[in-house]
Amino acid sequence: MDLRICHLYPDLMCIYGDRGNVITLAQRARWRGIGVETRDLQAGETLDPEWADLYFFGGGQDQGQDVVSKDLRSANGNALRQAFAAGAAALSVCGGYQLLGHEYVPAEGPSIPGLGAMDVTTRAGKVRFVGNLLAAAPLGTLIGFENHSGYTYLGPQARALATVVVGHGNNGEDKTEGAVQGRLVGTYCHGSVLPKNPWLADMLLVWALERRHGGVQLEPLDDSEELAAQRSAAEVARARP
Amino acid sequence: MSLRTTAAVAAGKLTRAGLRALGRGATALPGLVTLAVDPGAIAAMTAGLAHGAVLVSGTNGKTTTTRMLADVVRAAGWSPIHNRSGSNLDRGIAAALLAQADWTGAPHGDVAIFEVDEASVARVIGRIEPRVVLVTNLFRDQLDRYFEVDQLARRMASSFATLPETTMLVLNADDPIVARLGDDHRGPTVYFGIDDPSVGGRVAQSISDATHCPRCDRRLRYERVVLGHVGDWTCPGCGLTRPPRDVAAVEVELRRDRSWLRLAGAIASAVDPIEVPLPGLYNAYNALAAVAVARALDIGVPTAARAIAAFRPAFGRLETIEAEGRHLRIVLVKNPAGFNAAIGALLEQGGRHRLLAALNDRDADGRDVSWIWDADFEALVPAVEHAVVTGLRARDLALRFKYGGLARERMQVVDGWAAAIRCAIDLAPAGEEVVIVTTYTAMLALRDALARMGYVRQFWED
Repeated sequence: MDLRICHLYPDLMCIYGDRGNVITLAQRARWRGIGVETRDLQAGETLDPEWADLYFFGGGQDQGQDVVSKDLRSANGNALRQAFAAGAAALSVCGGYQLLGHEYVPAEGPSIPGLGAMDVTTRAGKVRFVGNLLAAAPLGTLIGFENHSGYTYLGPQARALATVVVGHGNNGEDKTEGAVQGRLVGTYCHGSVLPKNPWLADMLLVWALERRHGGVQLEPLDDSEELAAQRSAAEVARARP
Repeated sequence: MSLRTTAAVAAGKLTRAGLRALGRGATALPGLVTLAVDPGAIAAMTAGLAHGAVLVSGTNGKTTTTRMLADVVRAAGWSPIHNRSGSNLDRGIAAALLAQADWTGAPHGDVAIFEVDEASVARVIGRIEPRVVLVTNLFRDQLDRYFEVDQLARRMASSFATLPETTMLVLNADDPIVARLGDDHRGPTVYFGIDDPSVGGRVAQSISDATHCPRCDRRLRYERVVLGHVGDWTCPGCGLTRPPRDVAAVEVELRRDRSWLRLAGAIASAVDPIEVPLPGLYNAYNALAAVAVARALDIGVPTAARAIAAFRPAFGRLETIEAEGRHLRIVLVKNPAGFNAAIGALLEQGGRHRLLAALNDRDADGRDVSWIWDADFEALVPAVEHAVVTGLRARDLALRFKYGGLARERMQVVDGWAAAIRCAIDLAPAGEEVVIVTTYTAMLALRDALARMGYVRQFWED
């Protein structure tokens, strides 16, 4: 069995240690004897919608988001939509999450169109949310560090990834954090998010492997270090939000 | 000195005396008190300095460069006042001034050299009229506090636009973000950089904050990458490229514990290479920056070279402590670029290393520990014999080592500073080195524990 990961725009959209998510996905697959190949997609290159099982789309700086938004309006945007329609999975964080949604509405000026693959919309908020983020999801605790001024609102086709316990999450109003739609996941958790939330890493791995390998059962791993880090980070979030 | 400044100085001095009577370091609070009484205290106290004030900022290399510069100006016969203890927000600067001034606020020196936190530069520039401002480099660092590098650079550039024509900027030409900071400055700018084609690789390293042109957004092309986005860069779109280097190292010879730089350039040619008695390319950059500032202050290259060759490293930076026959070497890390530079120096040294690695998430460390995932643990792990992991976020760090490929039996998580030091000493055979890789507040805590264990003096006695 093998897994193909495409890292979208790694030089522009990979801030706050988001690279750790790709490392985590690859290691957790390798530890189970699954071969992994990772490819980067840079702005201006051509995306092959057939290739990847799993896309990673991280957060970026303003300049990066502008360049990427333009690239997604080219043929690469259609290719990515096609890949998602054919069953590829994705993890998107912060700016990547916003760009998978319908649009980003800045405080002034025209709105920046997103890919529209997730039924979420983001608008610029007045207060920047910076701090530890602890949320509860059906499959486990979600812990990370948020740092965003975009407020994201879910449409009817997306459901929340988790419910905020400490921090702000999507918009600081409705207690939702992140979104799930089909095999696409969006979150505001940096941290990186996957190392300390192994249930989410494994959920994505299963979805990704299913695309070419049918129903997949992952061997369990010894996650004692992962869960110890999750517990200690959750304690920090409760004590020092 | 106005009545208000005199009152502010007295209030700060009293705070300082009280803290020191309690055995505390007094590296920030007295400054906070002084600035609360008189926000103009820094300007008032530095106005009379014969050789002016130098501000040193940037993500990495501030402390080492500041200390090198203090030695350089001393070699020129001047008497510097500077902020020694890495306390580099405006309150730290005010505290340093207080400690080095009399009760009327007159400083005991004729030139000020201040290390300034990059997020505080704009505020400090509002409080002082510097003669020289140096920016070493800008990398992602403590993003929870500084936010993104682009934003930080924009803020710095607009504060530089308010500087008078008499202020000289000294900028790193090899850093595309820093090289543009002087675009709106009305006065002169001195650029420094490394022009040795054998230094650096061709492949961009995985953490990069400036892979795209700051002017036209095209992907930059690198002839050589030295560290992160620092190197020999050009934009294939608009042709933007490194500004001409006024101070350039045309030959860099790196050895295990030191390097030699042969200089050329419009204002800094020298016949003999400069000896930099510290390992690693990043210290070569620090020395180059110090020479460029020396030239901006009209100090000759031979004087600067003499001071640099005799330089001793700063508190917490490459400092070695003897403990029960083990050599404990402290390496301060605070962001991925600094961490990768430290890793590079360890790998150049060769062999397998015993580490005591400490990660904290206090404000001064950065509350977001995500940055460890940008650091290149994958390159470090094969050179690790054993790692003792500690700190407020020890478990995050242990996880990073695990995903970097470190075998479980080569790592131990230990809570408590003294217990972690004890464990690291016990695991290292006598005569061996333990490399302490630590974030800032964890370093303070480890130093404190080492002092209690009788291995080192409290740092403000240095």
